[in-house]
Amino acid sequence: MAEMWLTMGPQHPFSHGLWTLKVLADGEIVKDAVPVIGYLHRGWEKECENRPYPLIIPMADRLCYSASMTWSHVYCKVVEEALEIELTDRTKYLRVVADEICRIQSHLMWLAAMGTDLGNLTVFLWALREREFFLDLNVKLCGQRLTTNYPRIGGVRNDMPYYFERDCLRVVKRFEKAIWNIIAMMDESAIVVSRLKGVGVISRKDAANYGLTGPTMRGCGVDFDVRRDDPYCNYDQLDWEVAVCKEGDAYGRYRVRIEEMLQSCEIIKQAMEKLDKLPKTDPTRVKVPKNVPAGTHFARLEDPRGESLMYLISDGSDRPYRLKVRSPIFVNVSASKHLVDGVRIADIPAIMGTIDMCLGETDR
Amino acid sequence: MTDSFIEAPTPEEVVTLAQAKFPGRITVRKTAVRRVSLTCDRDIIHPLCKYIHDVLNFEQASSVCGVDWVDHMQVVYHLSNYFNGVMIEINVDVPNDDPHIDSVALIWEGADWHERETYELFGIIFDGHPKLERLLTPQNYEFFPFRKSYKLRGQE
Repeated sequence: MAEMWLTMGPQHPFSHGLWTLKVLADGEIVKDAVPVIGYLHRGWEKECENRPYPLIIPMADRLCYSASMTWSHVYCKVVEEALEIELTDRTKYLRVVADEICRIQSHLMWLAAMGTDLGNLTVFLWALREREFFLDLNVKLCGQRLTTNYPRIGGVRNDMPYYFERDCLRVVKRFEKAIWNIIAMMDESAIVVSRLKGVGVISRKDAANYGLTGPTMRGCGVDFDVRRDDPYCNYDQLDWEVAVCKEGDAYGRYRVRIEEMLQSCEIIKQAMEKLDKLPKTDPTRVKVPKNVPAGTHFARLEDPRGESLMYLISDGSDRPYRLKVRSPIFVNVSASKHLVDGVRIADIPAIMGTIDMCLGETDR
Repeated sequence: MTDSFIEAPTPEEVVTLAQAKFPGRITVRKTAVRRVSLTCDRDIIHPLCKYIHDVLNFEQASSVCGVDWVDHMQVVYHLSNYFNGVMIEINVDVPNDDPHIDSVALIWEGADWHERETYELFGIIFDGHPKLERLLTPQNYEFFPFRKSYKLRGQE
């Protein structure tokens, strides 16, 4: 049969943002795929060279609307490393709680999108309903649902309000029950399982070589999590496990994300316990100088989508000389050629859904 | 001498082994817990990266980025090991009048798009790259927007 190039995107139900996947199809079988990005490129890194350090925090939020907490966290972290600031324990645990809330709501957004991709609209509604509770926690902690603007260089914007611990534990407790309904809805649906199992298989070695990170990589059997293996913010003092699945197919990546949400609940509970034992009077923010001494630094952390890294070159002024962002999805989507190689066209949404696209951070 | 494979080298081992393999060509800028910063010459970047990938087991190229230091360009590599969380940072200087460097995209496929991005934003040419084309900016751009000579509003 004659081969034919199909253009999926930029407006396509599976793309979850503006990008295009050009697919060379031989009948139903995918022979080659070329991802095209850049529709949202706005020169983020260059724009930062023109701004004082504190004014970049709200910009970092907008790299990805559903992972805004971790993006502004990694930015603050790299500037803190340049300034050689040690945070207080209270700040660290507050950031842990905020990051894990962000991770759960981001994974729930992914689950909702995945549900619609696979034709399971109930999952979409249920996952988004659960997500609202975590967004409410965001509102209570920092006054915003999505672009949270919460971490600051040298700390966090504010301590948690007195009722936050109670509300947070209630939401987590509720979620730990409610997620099983969603899992049942996915796993007992023969359509969902048969569309996920055995498609888009990537071996462990290839996953590492393609630069996949985050749940996508751990679903391929790479046992690595920045939170555990390169710990920051006292993650090493909490007792939790890294979700890894050796199958390497779309279903494995789905299971890793589900398990990660449950682990995040565990982390939130433990961090809340630790926060409870710390004196309430501990500062949540330290004063920092306006200018950052000259030098080069980088910081990385575990974003909901993978490993995010920022590389900062400071020249002693109040603006960065260069700020490089390593976006996890930028690299994950570059591997899409291998992910969809040899599958049927109808499987592409199921496979690409498992890498959880976010174009704001991809194009920067 | 064949190099024996090391699954999880410590920062000290990375420094000692890399300097023994390429004597006099690598400068160590600093080491810290799980961090190594190196500077190396432009012509050994491909063999060095191959050595780091094959022998020292750094399976992933986290990022490749360019820096415009006005009098010269620089390419910065961040390589990471999945067994102990060590990260190597390699800085390579590239002269302005000959912005060429060997590509590492065939060693780590994850570096492919990073190199394309560095090419389109800084104009650094990666020799041996499988497809060095513009990625984020339109194909008809004839300038490199992240160079310091390209001014933003308020920077003039």
